[in-house]
Amino acid sequence: MAVVKVTRPKLNTGEKMYLGAIFKGFIITMKHAVASLRNKTRGAEAMESSGMGITMQYPEQKWDEHLPEYYRGAPALVTDEQDRERCVSCQLCEFICPPKAIKITPSEISSDDPWAKVEKRPLEFEIDMIRCIYCGMCEEVCPEQAIYLRKDYAITGVTRAEMVHDKKKLYEIGGKRVGLVNKWNELK
Amino acid sequence: MSDNAATVEAKLPKDLAAEKGLVNVQIDGVWMQVPKGMRMIEACKLAQKEVPHYCYHPKLSAPGNCRMCLVQMGMPPRPAPGQDPVRDGEGYENIGWIPRPVIACANTVGENMGIRTTGELVEKCREGVMEFLLINHPLDCPICDQAGECRLQEFSVEHGKGESRFVDAKVKKPKNVDIGPRVRLDDERCIMCSRCIRFMDEVADDPVLGFTQRGTHTTLTVHPGKRLDSNYSLNTVDICPVGALTSNDFRFQMRVWFLKETKSIDINCGTGANITIWTRGEKVHRITPRQNDEVNSTWMPDSHRLNFHYIDGDTRLAGPILKGSNGHQPASWSAVIAATAAELKKFQPGEVAIIASARMTNEELFLTRELAGAINCSLFTTVPRDGESDGLLISADRNPNTTGAKLVWQSQDPAGPLFAIREGVRNGSIKALLVLGEDLADAGFTAEDLAKPEFIASIQLLAGPTAHASDVVLPGAAFAEKRGSMVNVTGRLQRLNRAVEPIGDAKDDWEILRDLILALQGAKPGTGLAAIEDVFKAMAASVPEFDDLSLSKIGDLGKPVVETGVKIPLLQNERARKAAGLING
Repeated sequence: MAVVKVTRPKLNTGEKMYLGAIFKGFIITMKHAVASLRNKTRGAEAMESSGMGITMQYPEQKWDEHLPEYYRGAPALVTDEQDRERCVSCQLCEFICPPKAIKITPSEISSDDPWAKVEKRPLEFEIDMIRCIYCGMCEEVCPEQAIYLRKDYAITGVTRAEMVHDKKKLYEIGGKRVGLVNKWNELK
Repeated sequence: MSDNAATVEAKLPKDLAAEKGLVNVQIDGVWMQVPKGMRMIEACKLAQKEVPHYCYHPKLSAPGNCRMCLVQMGMPPRPAPGQDPVRDGEGYENIGWIPRPVIACANTVGENMGIRTTGELVEKCREGVMEFLLINHPLDCPICDQAGECRLQEFSVEHGKGESRFVDAKVKKPKNVDIGPRVRLDDERCIMCSRCIRFMDEVADDPVLGFTQRGTHTTLTVHPGKRLDSNYSLNTVDICPVGALTSNDFRFQMRVWFLKETKSIDINCGTGANITIWTRGEKVHRITPRQNDEVNSTWMPDSHRLNFHYIDGDTRLAGPILKGSNGHQPASWSAVIAATAAELKKFQPGEVAIIASARMTNEELFLTRELAGAINCSLFTTVPRDGESDGLLISADRNPNTTGAKLVWQSQDPAGPLFAIREGVRNGSIKALLVLGEDLADAGFTAEDLAKPEFIASIQLLAGPTAHASDVVLPGAAFAEKRGSMVNVTGRLQRLNRAVEPIGDAKDDWEILRDLILALQGAKPGTGLAAIEDVFKAMAASVPEFDDLSLSKIGDLGKPVVETGVKIPLLQNERARKAAGLING
């Protein structure tokens, strides 16, 4: 391969002092500053800006309505149309969970329960939200469509214990989910 | 010379094999010699070719009803009259393959037989059988306890279709049937392999299970008026290839894929059945038998396998306790060891007796003898625990290590001095008792007797009368928490392995004994033997039967070290059935 010799560009005194470049940069910054103050920044409308450029004033302002369908927030348990808890405590999510955030205590459904034929449900279901990495593997692995990643993302607490979501809390976040496969409703 | 060559040539493979009582079988293109009368499925196992199967079990008769083990078979064609068989270069006859499958479990091998465990015919057959088996099988794997160790799951991954072509409604059968105190039946999951029926009939000798109805409606059930309450009922759960029979004790406790398996031995009787301890974290979830054809075949009694809940039960002692003026108080290990040594030194040699246990490992018994030497005590004994043999696996000797005590203590009757000790306590000549892992009530001491000695120190697992009467309570380790060796009634040296750490502040018994010996000798703590392997080494030097052995050399299946003449009835039955050709074993 032929050698190409590149000569250093010859700079004049003004260029050597960067003065022109600094001034050019200043103009650009000012242009954006003025646009921000006039709320004319690109995308400001779409992003629901606070009126100061594209910046959103969190937590007074939130972007919740704009979260995409596939957003992965806190994992939660859901019930079906008849308020039956869908989880049968198969513990596959506990097994697949990469940071080992899930802990399930299985139990048998008593024979006088209307859903006795399902036989099994979690006695306790705990997700340690300090450990959770919101990867969604629990949702993917669940054979009963019982665990979903909801859009809650602001999970806070002042103690470690507070950051563990127990079964009650998980159903509170998850709520009811309709229109899923209800295999236990069939004649079985 | 030419004569010789002719005889060598005359020796065909079939003759060579016949001399040894073997036959030549070609399995997937490879010729091998297998014993005459062996079932084809066992020959394939020898050749390390997997033949999927459900109903076949090596310890049970083969009814051939699951049809999963279909393989292709071939035999040499029958020569026409006057025609010589056609042989290939190595002397094997050419195989004429049968164009339809045969079951490998109920057919025996023959000379010059060919078996194909793969190929289009075999694979299509397996797929067909799988599809039929799954027609009525419920899809409740997320709930079923068998998931993770289910043969139906495994083979449907390998040979099944992704989805069902069956459009009709599945046959409904009874679910969650209470057939016995320890076993639950789900008839929808049953694939009618009949292993449980044959086990109860052939091994447990309590035929209470059977099929009713026909065709797809075939239902497993107990005979009218009977219950599956045999002490061997949980073995049916082990051999059930699907989740039709599940254990009430283990039901819905934990999924099997979380469990760690530790090979150990059972300590509830002298047989010392080989077991697998299934744990997650520091909790024992279940115990299952492990195959050892010299000890327990593949079975074990329910009463023994369920006797582990005390390990983390309410009465378990988790820390050393010292009795003072204000009752029993928790104390530190160094304090209780020092207190015990100081107290024992106050008595004359004849005033101290040691009641050890034949439930201790050889290593612990060895250290017990050392301890007796350290305090110059000649009164040390085990406690006999005799029951009745159940004619199968439970030995009349309910202590797991009586033979070991005889060997380690070089005594014909290790429980001999017990009577003298009991009398000594009653008449006041024995003033201090050292109780090692034994319950004094079992040793024939009444509550009145327990109040007599001035000092009692005991290694205990559970709170109870003995612990209550003790001035010093040293919490020991349960069988699942320790490593060591025992010798069973037949004279087989076997090994216990640690599955979980000792609970709380409890300590391995041999470490307690070592620390006690050090304290009695006035040596610095921490200068004694460091590991259980060292204890075994020290013991092997003084016990000729253990010569040249170490804990690791014992292996998972144990080593016979002494001939006691005791036989295990279940194995006798099994060998008789094997000799009669009923099973392949």
